[in-house]
Amino acid sequence: MKGKNILLAHGAGGKLSHDIVREVFLPFLENQFLSPLDDSAVLPIERSRLAFTTDAYVVKPLFFPGGDIGRLSICGTVNDLAMVGARPLGISASFILEEGFPVEDLKRLLSSIKNAALEAEVKVVTGDTKVVEHGATEGLFISTSGVGIIPEGVDMKSSRASPGDIIIINGSIGDHEIGVLLARGEFSLKGQIKSDCAPLSNLVQKMLKECPDIHVMRDPTRGGLGTVLWEIANASDVGVIVDEEKIIVSEGVKGVCDLLGFDPYYLANEGKLVAFVPQKYAERILEVMKADPLGKDSVIIGRVVGENRRKVLLKTNIGGHRLLEPLSSVQFPRIC
Amino acid sequence: MHQRNSSYKADVTTAIIREISRLANRPFRFMEVCGTHTVSIFRSGIRSLLPKEIELVSGPGCPVCVTPVGEIDRAISMAALKDVTLLTFGDLMKVPGTYSSLSDERAKGKDIRVITSPLDALEVAIREPDRRIVFFGVGFETTSPAIAASVKEAKARRISNFYLLSCQRLIPPAMKTLLSSGNTKIDGFILPGHVSVIIGKRPYSFISDRFSLTGVITGFEALDILEGIYMLLRQHKEGRSDIEVQYKRAVKQEGNTLALKIMEEVFKPVSARWRGLGIIPESGMALREGFNRMDATAAFDIPYEDKPDPPGCLCGEILQGIKLPRECSLFGTRCVPQDPVGPCMVSSEGSCAAFYRYGG
Amino acid sequence: MCLGVPGNIVSIEGDLADVNFGGVIRRVSLMLCNDVKIGDYVLVHVGFAIQRLEKEDALETLRLFEEIEKAHHAST
Repeated sequence: MKGKNILLAHGAGGKLSHDIVREVFLPFLENQFLSPLDDSAVLPIERSRLAFTTDAYVVKPLFFPGGDIGRLSICGTVNDLAMVGARPLGISASFILEEGFPVEDLKRLLSSIKNAALEAEVKVVTGDTKVVEHGATEGLFISTSGVGIIPEGVDMKSSRASPGDIIIINGSIGDHEIGVLLARGEFSLKGQIKSDCAPLSNLVQKMLKECPDIHVMRDPTRGGLGTVLWEIANASDVGVIVDEEKIIVSEGVKGVCDLLGFDPYYLANEGKLVAFVPQKYAERILEVMKADPLGKDSVIIGRVVGENRRKVLLKTNIGGHRLLEPLSSVQFPRIC
Repeated sequence: MHQRNSSYKADVTTAIIREISRLANRPFRFMEVCGTHTVSIFRSGIRSLLPKEIELVSGPGCPVCVTPVGEIDRAISMAALKDVTLLTFGDLMKVPGTYSSLSDERAKGKDIRVITSPLDALEVAIREPDRRIVFFGVGFETTSPAIAASVKEAKARRISNFYLLSCQRLIPPAMKTLLSSGNTKIDGFILPGHVSVIIGKRPYSFISDRFSLTGVITGFEALDILEGIYMLLRQHKEGRSDIEVQYKRAVKQEGNTLALKIMEEVFKPVSARWRGLGIIPESGMALREGFNRMDATAAFDIPYEDKPDPPGCLCGEILQGIKLPRECSLFGTRCVPQDPVGPCMVSSEGSCAAFYRYGG
Repeated sequence: MCLGVPGNIVSIEGDLADVNFGGVIRRVSLMLCNDVKIGDYVLVHVGFAIQRLEKEDALETLRLFEEIEKAHHAST
């Protein structure tokens, strides 16, 4: 890692985020629970396994179509637990509020948190509040932790992808990041694209009931689908092939990507999961997913192979192919 | 807009590839001049379908790649002034200057912002009258008319705190220099579709008249590019060297005369330095007298200093199609997308970044 | 160079237009391309319309390839 200062790119979820965690944080903090760097740590407790995760929410604007920072804080935390197969048990929420923040807005956010927690069947069991001077946070930041119990027989981690696995996603990509971008009113763009922000724990439990031995699940948040697929290919030392034709990008998201020169494979999602499933269970899991409201657009997008290890090959719309690398830093809008 | 289902695209692709393979009876090397073509070619996976006889090299039509180090340094110096807000297109943010980039300077607290239209710069200038707003304008003939129209608008609305730092370039002079040097061995050009929307067909006639090379003005969809390559090969088969238009839905023979008129009203062609190509006469754009109040180079006492390219960086030769990215000793080792040395590796548009992602 | 995206004009006010891209609207200047009306498709670059596009699909030559391909399938 070069440079003496933190850059926005270190938070973008791509290669630089990867680097800063590995090169700056891990040397101080590493241990067998942290180092796999999965969405949640798995801790043995008595005869069970506890999933434990933490997150911080700094999104601007605070309110956007499809959600708000409150809903996001519950869904993001619950989803990190769900990605290792845990049923969420409890969440802690710390609020760092800016002096002058309207109490009405805080109540709106708390209402969103309440509703999201009900949807996810989890409770916020502890919390904290701090107030800082005006200008320090632009409204508020929320920091969370979550714990959950992983059922026996479930073992989902990035290193378990295996040749023959089928890759399924539960819907379209790019909606959250573009929804928030439009809500910021930047770049003279107007439009309502709803963030896909949603808690996936119930859907995941249904999938695991059908097949406890799902190998990997990841939610493609910052860094997008491309980055997550690359991380899994590398953690598992396998090759991944995905089909562009099968990956859904809505008209509006495509329009914004075309205008700004963005690649939708690197945009954040907050209500999507990518599952790597043993081949013989794929069709049944797909059916289970499609029957759930958060999975009705589920689709098989690719598979795992033994060749081209650590690489993600995208079969393009015209039948050619290209490599999907992880996001290298931040995507800036382009004109060329 | 073009409703095509997947089997249509696949069918047409198969047919064109077959025709291309049939016509490619010897090695051919075509230069795609435009950075946007480089990205489209890469993203569509066309390279994986073309027969090995067809080699595509990237040319100097990448404004990021041809912007000299000294220009980035100068922009950074302007942004360092306390009352200056520097606005630019996202393309330039990660280009390395001698010590830093605009993106890194923003991280250190300089007021540097990304915009997607030169008109946005006027809005900022109106909203923030206490700031001096410098628009670092980059681009080719596609972009210069828009910048010209914005400059006209700034003058009409008497926006006194708006300045233009022009790094704009013209394509045909660079192509002439490239071909005149004799170093670039290519058979024909995939000509830039959107530059041609503005300038039309005529400015490219020297390619066929003087140098007997082929050229096809091509669009940016995968099928456009495939058809463009097919048309180049067909010319070779028929023993012709012409300038043809594949991108008929957008390119008229005479270009966009209104845009050209506005561009000529505001800008005059001047000598300009191109990274890798050196100084090319009449290849840059400077504000004419009636608009030069807004010229940042005059208003700010920050002279341009010529800076050397990073040692070992082969961007110059790569831009001319003389060398391929993998022939650079820094490629993939010292120079990678998340830590680029030269501009060809910055963002997806440069040849090296595209090669890195494609070749792995 | 460079990104030019087709969109259709939904409203016009002076030399500015609202242009629709898959449901997302961008404010676009018509200073470089003013012979347009509501419903027209324009090519947009850096917030300016730079060309009016013909509604007719001008990819006519590609239809030729489609026919070649169909004929090829039929004969094999």
